[in-house]
Amino acid sequence: MAASQNSLKAKGSGENFFSRLIHNQLFIPIAALAVLVLFNLIADPSFFALSLDKNSAGDPVLSGYLVTILDNASELAILAIGMTLVTSASGGQDISVGSAIAIAGSVVLRVLCGTDSRPTALQAPIIVAFIICVLVSMAFGAFNGVLVAYFKIQPMVATLILFTAGRSIAAWINNNELPVISDPSFGYYGNFIPGIPIPTPVFIAIACMIIIALVLKFTNLRLFSQSVGINPHSSRLNGINPEVVKLITFIILGVCVAVAGFIKVSRLSTINYSVVAKDIEMDVILAVALGGNALGGGKFNMTASIIGAYVIQFLTTTLFKFKVSSNAISAYKAVVVIILVVLSAPIVREKLTELRKKLVPEKSVKEAA
Amino acid sequence: MATNNPIEKQAKKRAALTDTNLLLIITIAVFVIMYVCAVVFLGKGFAKPQTFFNILNENASLIILSCGMSLVMITGGIDISVGQVTALVCMSCAVHLDFNGGNVFTAMLIALGIGLAFGLVQGILVAYLNIQPFIVTLAGMFFAKGMTTIINATQFNVENEEFVALKSTRLTVPGMGSTNKLGEYVPAYVEIGVVVALVVVVVLFCLLRWTKLGRNFYAVGGNNQSANMLGINVKFTKFMAHLLCGLSAGIGGFVFFLHVGSGSPSHAAGAEMNAIASSIIGGTMLTGGVGNIAGTFFGVLSLSTIKNIVASLGLDEAWWTNITVAAMLCIFLLLQSVILANKNKSKK
Amino acid sequence: MELGAVLEMRGICKYFPGVRALEHVDFTLREGEIHALMGENGAGKSTLIKVLTGVYPKDGGDIHLLGHDQAVNIRSPQDAQNMGISTVYQEITLCPNLTVAENMYIGRTKGALTNWKKMNTEAGKLLDSLGIPALPAQQLGSCSIAVQQMVAIARAVDMECKVLILDEPTSSLDEQEVEKLFGLMRSLKEKGVGIIFVTHFLEQVYEVCDRITVLRDGKLVGEYVIEDLPRVQLVSKMLGKEFDDMAEIKSESDTDNIDYNGTPVYEAHQLAGTTGIKPFDFSIHKGEVNGFTGLLGSGRSECVRAIFGADKTTGGKVMIDGKEVKINKPLDAMKNGISYLPEDRKRDGIVGDLSVRDNIILALQVMKGFFRPFTRAQAEAFADEYIKMLNIKTASSDTPIKSLSGGNQQKVILARWLLANPVYLILDEPTRGIDIGTKVEIQKLVLKLAAEGKSVTFISSEIDEMIRTCSRLVVMRDGKVVGELKGDDLNQNKIMATIAGGEE
Repeated sequence: MAASQNSLKAKGSGENFFSRLIHNQLFIPIAALAVLVLFNLIADPSFFALSLDKNSAGDPVLSGYLVTILDNASELAILAIGMTLVTSASGGQDISVGSAIAIAGSVVLRVLCGTDSRPTALQAPIIVAFIICVLVSMAFGAFNGVLVAYFKIQPMVATLILFTAGRSIAAWINNNELPVISDPSFGYYGNFIPGIPIPTPVFIAIACMIIIALVLKFTNLRLFSQSVGINPHSSRLNGINPEVVKLITFIILGVCVAVAGFIKVSRLSTINYSVVAKDIEMDVILAVALGGNALGGGKFNMTASIIGAYVIQFLTTTLFKFKVSSNAISAYKAVVVIILVVLSAPIVREKLTELRKKLVPEKSVKEAA
Repeated sequence: MATNNPIEKQAKKRAALTDTNLLLIITIAVFVIMYVCAVVFLGKGFAKPQTFFNILNENASLIILSCGMSLVMITGGIDISVGQVTALVCMSCAVHLDFNGGNVFTAMLIALGIGLAFGLVQGILVAYLNIQPFIVTLAGMFFAKGMTTIINATQFNVENEEFVALKSTRLTVPGMGSTNKLGEYVPAYVEIGVVVALVVVVVLFCLLRWTKLGRNFYAVGGNNQSANMLGINVKFTKFMAHLLCGLSAGIGGFVFFLHVGSGSPSHAAGAEMNAIASSIIGGTMLTGGVGNIAGTFFGVLSLSTIKNIVASLGLDEAWWTNITVAAMLCIFLLLQSVILANKNKSKK
Repeated sequence: MELGAVLEMRGICKYFPGVRALEHVDFTLREGEIHALMGENGAGKSTLIKVLTGVYPKDGGDIHLLGHDQAVNIRSPQDAQNMGISTVYQEITLCPNLTVAENMYIGRTKGALTNWKKMNTEAGKLLDSLGIPALPAQQLGSCSIAVQQMVAIARAVDMECKVLILDEPTSSLDEQEVEKLFGLMRSLKEKGVGIIFVTHFLEQVYEVCDRITVLRDGKLVGEYVIEDLPRVQLVSKMLGKEFDDMAEIKSESDTDNIDYNGTPVYEAHQLAGTTGIKPFDFSIHKGEVNGFTGLLGSGRSECVRAIFGADKTTGGKVMIDGKEVKINKPLDAMKNGISYLPEDRKRDGIVGDLSVRDNIILALQVMKGFFRPFTRAQAEAFADEYIKMLNIKTASSDTPIKSLSGGNQQKVILARWLLANPVYLILDEPTRGIDIGTKVEIQKLVLKLAAEGKSVTFISSEIDEMIRTCSRLVVMRDGKVVGELKGDDLNQNKIMATIAGGEE
């Protein structure tokens, strides 16, 4: 009797450690990352090779798949920050981020180019272009936010409007011309600053993460948006205005979109309205889901979302390396999404818990015997 | 009860005006006004019956997709995979006909099979596992998109003779023709797809109006807990809506294929958004329970008429159409939101 | 089965995690009788009905139905319908987007097609015969709530049921409509239908019912023929106090030091809300504990919600310390030093997934402002202080509040509002659904707060709790304030008589 109790206790603590590990939100994204790393190590270790080359301007730059991942995931990570907040407060996702990036990029180019689509010199300081771009993106974010918070339209449907019109608005801003910036200093933000071998977007992404960490530390954004997402009724009775909180999260996402859009156009010094940031909304939503955040709103873990973004980029780059075409990648990702949502569906979870309950007693009986 | 009771008369007036009917009337009015304005201000092009038939020819598949979408939306769900399913159907049929030597009949079966498969899986995930329809069908959309590219990454025209013959079949509409500049009489025509689309519209209209299943769609969308209490199998009803939507995506896909006669990964891009927009403009409420297939039909017509108008204004750049569509969508969404808010207020 | 009975429930048990909702309850319904099912909140009325209609599976006991040899097993609402048990719920369970006729027939017609003409004619006949002012082709949502309720009854009637359950059908009807409904019930009774009638309106019970079954705390109190149970007796059975039980002596907390002539801490004139209460006057002084009492649905919660600005107010004047203020939303009330612990803990109180700590600091944090969050250490200190002070049983302050027991959840919410340091604290049913020990702790706390000079409004379904804690009671019936009791009038008999109203 005593012995069996002891073994139960030991087992209990072991399970505690295991379940704590599993229930830590960072577990899934980190485990997924580990699986990908392992897969690449086995399939082709050269995936992890780094080399210091010289780029066309003669500056030393780091290259290799890992650098590509860090570089390309920047926009994703930045957007994941905003999307996590929107998801938390409104219990839905914004599907217009790709279109909104097209608008943001278009605004930047328009301000920098003035009336000429091939200006020899910048028509405005880059910082001015950036600020205008942020303001415009915030306005579009507010548009989505108002539809969701005040008109009570489901987030995904409300953002469908901007999703449909966004790229066209972007084209309209520049009269459907494709402006090209020749000034090399504009390219620094999306590529390399001369002398620094690490891509600039990586630094921008890190800056954004630091900013959001500070915002979460020095404001009540986390507490308020989680409360609103979990229980709007009791939030209201505690003096929170749920509508305003939702609106704020959409505006913050607008800022994230502006930064991501700015990086996107800086990478190429031009824009292709119908292709830029295409399908990025899917990746961002996937990043949030992969981070273990409930897509139905409520509690969130920002770190997990950001790691999720890097995992997605890791997956994409891996698939690219194995010569999967960019359109076919979406099929693989769709399978990942379905597995994730099915596993996180309450009904499935209940069934799994039942199943485990059925299995575990048998096991413990065996162990006791 | 006395029939001359004024209260009852008033009630009788209101009786005819259900939400569904109100929105249907708005849609038809919008369409008629728009078309009449086009005829008056934009001249003869719009007055020719063939212009109208061309709108039908161009949008036969969209009509079918939108009808399926309306079914799902009436139950309170959404299906955004239909556009990419259309592309997948086109590509599969094209490859089947030209590379694998299949015939048109088996191609049709493939189209229906793909549609049903998507409807089946998505229906199970949404209805029985209770996952948000948007997420499920978003995944469905990307899966279809990826599969299309995996099957064949480039565009090509189908040269199968049997198919080409079917594709170029034109059904003359008697008495609607016009004389061209040379004074010759050109008969008006529609393509086979239009006939299929009209059949789908009529069948689904009847389904929604007269069958138990159809009425259950409305009940589930209206209030799914009440529906459950009233003895309706809510899960099965939702499942059927997705299944039928998938099926109509299959049919619509084949009609699209018949119209364009080629397979391409970029076919029907954004068709899901057009289908949703048409349904909303046609008076289907996103919150569920309100909508009408006839409205959806006019929704598609309104949407394509406005596109034609934008084009004939000389604003033929693609962005103007998208912006007008989005603006129209926005207006109708706000209209619904306001109607809903007013109702809740008046109840309290 | 007893002779003449259409339904017999024997030894019904139902448990929810941590709660015994029903314990060995018996219930018998005879042919052609209207049987009232009475009890206060949490007595188990609605659980019993949900067991009977197959919404909840029962954990014990048998249900016998006339015409079935063996005990029946009701698995779903559809099952219940098929066996001849029809239910009309308080909240309307019809689809507002469908027509009246459809709502009457959907889900129970055979065949795959709908014959609109036939359906409309039949529905029209039935509506006419029942005198319901609605047209078959009218959209249900365009009818008044009362008419919708009657359509639901028409649907139930048409199903040729043997047992008809009316779960608070009259709460949204006016007097004429209630009369119509009673006419309908009497004619059904003559046809031999057994009707279970759940209501909070005592007058209605005595007007239309033949028998009464009283439940309390998930247990059967008894079944009575209506003539044998005077009103005051009924109230005492429901509240669990014998009428002649004069025992309670006012607790030692002395009320002499309350200055009733000074400016009240809170004062309202003709405050009116959108939730169906009549405009009312109310004031409370420093250090006073008062209570709102009345049966469930009498408007006691609506009054305090109006005070806190939780529901929209439509008129009236509010003064805090003699100065007029506007309270339009909860934050206004909070900034004026009012705190409110809501009646529905799950819906309005807890933020389920958040930790105990976050739940405790929430209100104070909101008042402090968006840009001035507490540091982790501050929050920990607050949480630890109140967890200790109120003896909250939780693994840590990081535990999500939803995994705590009801009583401890309630203490957390209480901690939240104490931390906000209010001058006027409103507690709406703080003792509901929690264990005896915690109930006593909360009552002691209320008296202690009053002694410290705070004003408290305390609402409870249990009269002795109110007598023990309050120095003044506002009595409500049907959305109106019908009396105010204090001093020597604060005793069971007087309170029950005032609640019951009408004849003694």
